Amino acid sequence: MNSRIAFVAFNTFREAVRDRVLYNLIAFALLISAGAILVGEISIDVERLVVVNLGLTAVSLFGVVIAIFIGIGLVSKEIEKKTLYTVLSRPVRRWEFVVGKFFGLTGTLIVNTFFMAIGVFLALLYVAHRLQPSDLSVLTALYFIVLELLIVVALALFFSSFSTPLMSAVFTFALFVIGSLAEDLRGFARIISGFTGIVASGMAYLVPNFSAFNIINQAAHGDAVPGRMILYNTLYALLYSAMAISGAVLIFQRRNLK
Amino acid sequence: MAAIEILDLEKTYMVGFWRKRPKLALRPLRLKVEEGEVFGFLGPNGAGKTTTLKLLMGLVSPTSGTARILGLELGDPRVSSQIGFLPEQPYFYDHLTAQELLTYYAQLSGIPDRDRSSRVALMLKRMGVEGSADVQLRKFSKGMLQRVGLAQAILHNPKVVFLDEPMSGLDPMGRREVRELIQELRSEGKTVFFSTHILSDAEALCDRVAVIHQGELRGVGTVANLTSRSKGTVEIIFCAPKVPSALNAISSETRASGEMVNAVISQEQQETVLDILRRERIRLISLTQVRTSLEEFYVEQLRPKGTGAGVGA
Repeated sequence: MNSRIAFVAFNTFREAVRDRVLYNLIAFALLISAGAILVGEISIDVERLVVVNLGLTAVSLFGVVIAIFIGIGLVSKEIEKKTLYTVLSRPVRRWEFVVGKFFGLTGTLIVNTFFMAIGVFLALLYVAHRLQPSDLSVLTALYFIVLELLIVVALALFFSSFSTPLMSAVFTFALFVIGSLAEDLRGFARIISGFTGIVASGMAYLVPNFSAFNIINQAAHGDAVPGRMILYNTLYALLYSAMAISGAVLIFQRRNLK
Repeated sequence: MAAIEILDLEKTYMVGFWRKRPKLALRPLRLKVEEGEVFGFLGPNGAGKTTTLKLLMGLVSPTSGTARILGLELGDPRVSSQIGFLPEQPYFYDHLTAQELLTYYAQLSGIPDRDRSSRVALMLKRMGVEGSADVQLRKFSKGMLQRVGLAQAILHNPKVVFLDEPMSGLDPMGRREVRELIQELRSEGKTVFFSTHILSDAEALCDRVAVIHQGELRGVGTVANLTSRSKGTVEIIFCAPKVPSALNAISSETRASGEMVNAVISQEQQETVLDILRRERIRLISLTQVRTSLEEFYVEQLRPKGTGAGVGA
């Protein structure tokens, strides 16, 4: 990696950690512990299913909220506080700054997800008393959540490159909700014909397909995830976030820092 | 070679909801700053000083025109390693300590690993913040932040230093320290381009100044040149216990303090007053032509055109 990108990324990661972003882990730990204990008391034979469902959903939601929350502040906070001026007056290109920020935040989210994953497995161990080979699908589901967060951060970055923090949050969250229903949207587009159908198809394929990353139910039932799906989802997430970052760079490159 | 050459740089922002309404921030500006000069860029708030600096730093793109720094066009990647910049009222990453911040900037400036820590330590010492090197910047006072800001601007030993209102908001001691630093930079042969609206600072430090108002350059030259116009009056100081009665009839501006009398008279009456002094055997101390002060020149340039005399660039 270009060293300037690495320096910006490391500073972003350090900022997130020192701004106590990872404190959400405490709330997550409390939630998952309480959930596991409660499930252990009231469920019969479905403890594993409930804990995995609850745990992975919480990992995904916490991750998305944090990705949006810190993602939208990426550029706007730096412009507002003028910290960007002293960075860009040095031999740092604007694209290096944007990409560095993206990597820094991705790193933060991966660390965050890692600790939440430990919480999920501990809860699982608490209710099931031992881990099984089928629990590997939980790992795959966690990997898909990371891919999902990669896209969310890239989108937050894209919107914040031209919009206010509040609007960026609204746009990103709206796209996350629409993207979570992308499969339904595609199905809907298939049954409509004519111009409206074309527009609906275009929209359905343009929004990020977050529903493809949601395998929480499969993981809860211990179903194996095909290797091809892992490969496709990885490529899709990388391509989609690369496109969003490229858009952010293109806009940010021309932006006047007033 | 000129350190900074601004060639008809112009900036118009499009404002309003649909970005259709043009708002002129800087009319075509032509300016040259020689190497080793301390150049003051004067103007009231909203005059276009910060816009000019942002254009030179590549933070906003010009509507037309261009500029060269050390002979290199704006946007040339080689420029940024040779310039230092302190924005107005800077705010730094407050989660970092002073040492971490300077190390980060040293990394971005491309200072090699082996020199980095010694360079950072040197800057912290030079700015007098070495005792707070490990304190997070969120706990720093405004004056200390300004020192850190100055440290980051000169950390990589740039040839040209741009300072946007470096004395703004500082106490007298802080202002004095910044003035001393600018003088040190001058003695090191660096070019300093700083914007200010504090005229005494410009008068004390600058080889040349430019006055800008409403995005338009109103005057440029040495402080002595800009203030050389005689006001047609002379100030006369002589030894006398009281103002001679003959002089009272001539000058309306007389002031006696102790054994000295100070009077301002028109140039035409100079000989008459000297005759009075000779006749009354009064000892003359000094006779000085009254010239326009930088402040008067500045105020004159800020008046709407047509309401007073102005000196063009």
